[in-house]
Amino acid sequence: MSRPVSYNLVQKPLEKDISVAPLPDGHQGEGFFATSLDSVIGLARKNSIWPLPFATSCCGIEFMATMGSHYDLARFGSERVGFSPRQCDLLMVMGTIAKKMGPVVRQVYLQMAEPRWVIAVGACASSGGIFDTYSVLQGIDQVVPVDVYVPGCPPRPEAIIDGVLRIQDLVGKESLRRRNSEHYKALLNSYGIQ
Amino acid sequence: MALTNDTIQQRLQEKFGESVFAFRDSHCMLEFAAPKELNLKVLNFLYDDAALQFQFLTDLTGVHYPSNKGGELAVVYHLHSLKENARLRFKIFVPIEQPEVYTATGLFSAANWMERETYDFFGILFVGHPNLKRILNVDEMDYFPLRKEFPLEDQTRIDKDDEMFGRGGTIK
Repeated sequence: MSRPVSYNLVQKPLEKDISVAPLPDGHQGEGFFATSLDSVIGLARKNSIWPLPFATSCCGIEFMATMGSHYDLARFGSERVGFSPRQCDLLMVMGTIAKKMGPVVRQVYLQMAEPRWVIAVGACASSGGIFDTYSVLQGIDQVVPVDVYVPGCPPRPEAIIDGVLRIQDLVGKESLRRRNSEHYKALLNSYGIQ
Repeated sequence: MALTNDTIQQRLQEKFGESVFAFRDSHCMLEFAAPKELNLKVLNFLYDDAALQFQFLTDLTGVHYPSNKGGELAVVYHLHSLKENARLRFKIFVPIEQPEVYTATGLFSAANWMERETYDFFGILFVGHPNLKRILNVDEMDYFPLRKEFPLEDQTRIDKDDEMFGRGGTIK
């Protein structure tokens, strides 16, 4: 039996105005608003992330749907997809990365300016996925540090959007000192990055 | 008259006698083997013979037969006679301790990359090849992954360590 067609006949009322980002915590008075520099910069950064798609297989097709008008990642401030690593904030690795491709991913990561974030989309980028074989990198976290993993084979566009929202949480809450911290340097050193 | 498998076999046996052997009809495709010293002579004969003219190398690959002692590694040539529209498969067996075969690059330019691939995956050394190095796998790889003694799965993983995934188990 075919599935009954449903139409969005009932218009859902807007619960809150989402065209403006919510105000960070702070003190407000007549003609002034005081908050920490961290949260202002975090607010600006998280709503203007430039993604760099590194799409090697089917997860990349899902990403194309994510960027398309139906799912529209641009709603979250990631309108501008950059194709030069030097311009971008977020490396999105989508698809199987062969061992021979590993140094390329690493090179792209090194070319990005700090602060930079990495999202591994799909089972292959996260863990090698079904390609448990001699030629495939078993997860890109062997060559670059990863902030968010999106599970799925491939993940639906909603899942990719959710991954980007998790990245936004990280970006918005990140301390401005984090990239200079000993902890962060130790993390990069563990990947052989100075 | 179309070239039949019997005719090809007859021509080969007239030329090489007992040196070509293991003739077999595999799904209407002629298959035979020869000692490794003769591989270029046989290929040249198939190429030059006016009645045969097998002048197109469709594929060149390797097979590992661990139980075939003294000839564990096979080099397989798939040849096509474009004029007669006939195909054949020609095998050379070499011992795994000394997997050396003469290169066919002098006869077929296409053999260059195919022999590199066969070297990459099976470690067969093509004597006289102009540039015998890995073509598909990473250069740092220190084994030949399609030889049967190496498990298919990546052995560096520790999160899937049960025998269902080919490690930690008793798979021979």
